Amino acid sequence: MIEIQELQKSFGDFRAVDGVSFSVQPGEVLGFLGPNGAGKSTTMRMITGFLTPSGGAVKVAGTDVGIDPIAAKRRIGYLPEGAPLYPDMTPRTLLEFIAEVRGVPASERKARIEKVVAQVHISGVLDQRIDTLSKGFKRRVGLAQAIVHDPEILILDEPTDGLDPNQKHEVRQLIEEMSQDKVIILSTHILEEVEAVCSRAIIIARGKVVYDGTPQELKERSPSGRLDEVFREITTAAAPALG
Amino acid sequence: MKSTTTILKRELRGYFTTPVAYVFIVIFLLLTGILTFYMGGFFEREQADLAPFFFFHPWLYLILVPAISMRLWAEERKTGTIELLLTLPISTGQAVVGKFLAAWAFTAAALVATFPIWITVNFLGDPDNGVILAAYVGSLLMAGGYLAIGSCISAMTNNQVIAFVVSLVGCLLFILAGLPAVLDFFTGWAPQAVIDTVSSFSFMTHFNSISKGVIDLRDVIFYASLIGCFLLANTLILDAKKAE
Repeated sequence: MIEIQELQKSFGDFRAVDGVSFSVQPGEVLGFLGPNGAGKSTTMRMITGFLTPSGGAVKVAGTDVGIDPIAAKRRIGYLPEGAPLYPDMTPRTLLEFIAEVRGVPASERKARIEKVVAQVHISGVLDQRIDTLSKGFKRRVGLAQAIVHDPEILILDEPTDGLDPNQKHEVRQLIEEMSQDKVIILSTHILEEVEAVCSRAIIIARGKVVYDGTPQELKERSPSGRLDEVFREITTAAAPALG
Repeated sequence: MKSTTTILKRELRGYFTTPVAYVFIVIFLLLTGILTFYMGGFFEREQADLAPFFFFHPWLYLILVPAISMRLWAEERKTGTIELLLTLPISTGQAVVGKFLAAWAFTAAALVATFPIWITVNFLGDPDNGVILAAYVGSLLMAGGYLAIGSCISAMTNNQVIAFVVSLVGCLLFILAGLPAVLDFFTGWAPQAVIDTVSSFSFMTHFNSISKGVIDLRDVIFYASLIGCFLLANTLILDAKKAE
């Protein structure tokens, strides 16, 4: 469904993403892990067509994002990092706008919006300006706009960032519900989250894939069975020697 | 086309859900009023036309249009919503045109709101309304030119102040291109053809003839191609920034 081959991105002299390759099939929930600045968001931005790769290719359902970006983008739902939203709109007008641009037929729009509003629990703030909403609500509106057109592919950059534990739990449940027939890629800093919702984990450090396997296997690598220890080991082992 | 319209509608609604629209229209009406009646000598001329009204438009737009265009892309970059917009299944060009048309429609609304002055001049005398209509069309075309330049410049930065100042200077060059200040720089050493070319880029030259009631196809083509070129550049800049 998603095929990524030797993806590269340089900003000046800095190699943000350095030869990342993997593919994801429907039903998989792929957790993207890695320290800050490892290249997680940059990789997601290339999959969604926001950044043009310096090298390599991204194929979404057989369509090369570089060759036919519009066809590729149509299949994707995307929550960008920090959930940017138009501050002067309300969740309702924003969802109507996104549903329209993303080609949800006019007759189904209302029902689709009602459904996602219920899924992410934002019915109480539907007509408030987005800039007056709390961080948690903004994140959920961002999630709602990513799923309003029922995409086959969902790319979520830190979907639970800024949510309280209950909200995190809800979002994880939502992801699990949707995972059966979709490809979901999400990035996170929370290791337990990967264990809770992901069927596969990829760890990126300094622009390279340093681990690709199930969260279970990852855990078994550590003698103490603690994910954070393995994570630290894997992401610092590849570091160039200091001095 | 449909996506462009959707973008246009969202943008246009954005003007009216924030104070931007109201502040802009009020200031625009206030300034046109002051300039026309006090500096243009609307009554003292004792002529039934709107020449003193249209005379100030190139200068008024110089300040006000960059204030509209500065936010077009710089604000999207600042708030990060550009990532939301450009990952929608639309082309960059559709986003550029949609946003531009919304801004243009908005300036058209501000221009339409000046209709009391048209009523006034019809009440006081017997003006040539064909000339007035042509001048309105010319003014709108000129506003489109300013907007396209401003939109293009706004795409280069995430700082609205920079976008405003650079757009103002950019538009000023297009105004001055027909004035001695710029032309004198070329006379004496450059061939006449160069001077003519420079002066043919002037907003003033192309606006003056329209505001006298003559809609010359060449003037329309000038503004249309100017808008087209700057919007194309705008699209290319956005695409280049993706690959940066």
